[in-house]
Amino acid sequence: MPRPLYSEPGDRIESTRPVTVSRYRGFIRANHWITALSLILLLVSGLAFFHPSLYFLTGLFGGGQTARWLHPIIGVVLFVSFMVMFIQLWRLNLPTPDDRKWLNQIGDVVKGNEENLPELGKYNAGQKFIFWGMTLLIVVLIVSGIMIWEQFFGELVSIPTRRWAVLTHALAAVAIILVFILHVYAAFWTRGTLRAMTRGTVTGGWAYRHHRKWLRELAGRRQNGPAE
Amino acid sequence: MSETAPQPKTAASNPPVQPIASNLLPSDVVRISATKDVPQPTRQLEKVAKLIDVSKCIGCKACQSACIEWNDTKPEVETNVGVYENPHDLTPNMFTLMRFTEWVNPETDNLEWLIRKDGCMHCEDPGCLKACPAPGAIVQYSNGIVDFIHENCIGCGYCVTGCPFDIPRISKVDHKSYKCTLCSDRVAVGQGPACAKACPTQAIVFGTKEDMIAHANERVEDLKSRGYENAGIYDPAGVGGTHVFYVLHHADKPSIYDKLPENPRISPVVEGWKGVTKTAGLAVMGVAAVGAAIHGIFARANKVDEHEEKEAEKLVVSGGSDDRGSV
Ligand code: HEM
Ligand code: SF4
Ligand code: SF4
Ligand code: SF4
Repeated sequence: MPRPLYSEPGDRIESTRPVTVSRYRGFIRANHWITALSLILLLVSGLAFFHPSLYFLTGLFGGGQTARWLHPIIGVVLFVSFMVMFIQLWRLNLPTPDDRKWLNQIGDVVKGNEENLPELGKYNAGQKFIFWGMTLLIVVLIVSGIMIWEQFFGELVSIPTRRWAVLTHALAAVAIILVFILHVYAAFWTRGTLRAMTRGTVTGGWAYRHHRKWLRELAGRRQNGPAE
Repeated sequence: MSETAPQPKTAASNPPVQPIASNLLPSDVVRISATKDVPQPTRQLEKVAKLIDVSKCIGCKACQSACIEWNDTKPEVETNVGVYENPHDLTPNMFTLMRFTEWVNPETDNLEWLIRKDGCMHCEDPGCLKACPAPGAIVQYSNGIVDFIHENCIGCGYCVTGCPFDIPRISKVDHKSYKCTLCSDRVAVGQGPACAKACPTQAIVFGTKEDMIAHANERVEDLKSRGYENAGIYDPAGVGGTHVFYVLHHADKPSIYDKLPENPRISPVVEGWKGVTKTAGLAVMGVAAVGAAIHGIFARANKVDEHEEKEAEKLVVSGGSDDRGSV
């Protein structure tokens, strides 16, 4: 069977009356929450080093020394778990012509007038922006993070390089926190989204409203595809 | 503890035999890492300085030995690789290091053996303190001494990033940062640093900064009268002057002394990182987080309605086709 255009091979309609659609299976959901937890722990511990007014956050980890050695280790966990997710998701996050139309009508997006927008596959341009933004920033953070990782890589780069690395790390951290806020906000504002990552399914209406091409493809596959 | 120690004016004197109370107090601190609005001390200690006269040094390393002895550090025994430096670099256990350079003077074609005592310069504007994220891990006293308070250190290495002289070293054992203390614990009881006391040629002298500058000027005059026309003082203004400073016979070329920086200052990258990045970063993150929270609570949510659920059912039943098309 050729690869579907707008959906993952595993996505499927679970029931019809009412319609529920399987969006993410167990492994990717578990992995997503590992990524999310790592990111939260990283931003809390990182912000403690970022500004004296937030240094008290090291207390959550049992003190400055612990926060200092833990932060980069969680960074590696984040990197690995995100890369696994990247391999699973990158294909459907490639840009398509519909993304441009969607972005040109960003006003309708914000107002929630989705009937005016083009029909979309599994991801809209906003979701893709978050995906690629996270990808880029996580790569920047791991590379710059290793360059400033005193405990194991203290000798890796020269001190002038290290200065640029720590500046880059701090800026990338601010940027990823902004992307993270946008991500959480969007998932919450677009009601019915969170269950995609908790239960793994969304309602038919949600799929119809936000990702109709994705739903169409799944519906077609259900009718024409091989019986299970 | 009967008497309070006097402020030391020299490293040459011997300590009194009776116990004596410290005269370098927590209240004498003028700057504290990751802490703003430090309450300023009510008294100003006289600024102290250690002067290293490179032209007088014979490279005996008595100063290194004295440093090890006083601070009770145990530098690792290393392998001889055919150079005079021993150990090969500053380490968490070696706060000062004689660095040797064989330099051919292009004007005279003479080989000159340049020996420089490396170690913390005790900057008036310390890059280490500026960079440090841990409140109270680095302090500066009103007499100019920059000291690391190890119980507050988290071992992040930011001081390494901030220091223009490549001085702090992080221990692999206890993950804390170490450097020369200017023997703050000796100065506190009226004594000069151990290295200055041990130096057999008085290449290292200690006293008030004012006295040391006067002495350094005499030394420069003397060197000039003996043909070193570029002799001068290395007390770099880029870091506000230092409380460890040099007399160099070639003060026009500090870098020939094993890469002593020509114009040291806190790197603009570090200034940008600890300055605008922090204030602006905190502001945008704060606005974004609060804005998103408020908007999330009050704005109209993007909800799916009953009609759409019904349409979805129709679409699914029809196998993905409707009047708007199919896939
Ligand atoms: C991806 C792998 C990562 C690695 C290897 C890493 C490593 C590091 C290291 C070594 C430090 C210095 C403090 C310490 O030694 O603990 C640091 C600081 C920091 N990290 Fe990370 N990190 C990573 C990811 C992240 C992420 C995802 C964030 C944000 C959500 C983040 C935010 C920060 C912040 C804000 C600082 C303080 C920077 C400053 O003081 O200006 N890091 N990181
Ligand atoms: S290693 Fe210690 S002294 Fe150096 S910046 Fe970090 S907390 Fe401060
Ligand atoms: S020489 Fe380096 S470690 Fe010493 S006070 Fe200056 S910045 Fe700090
Ligand atoms: S003790 Fe004095 S003469 Fe000997 S190496 Fe140290 S500075 Fe030079």
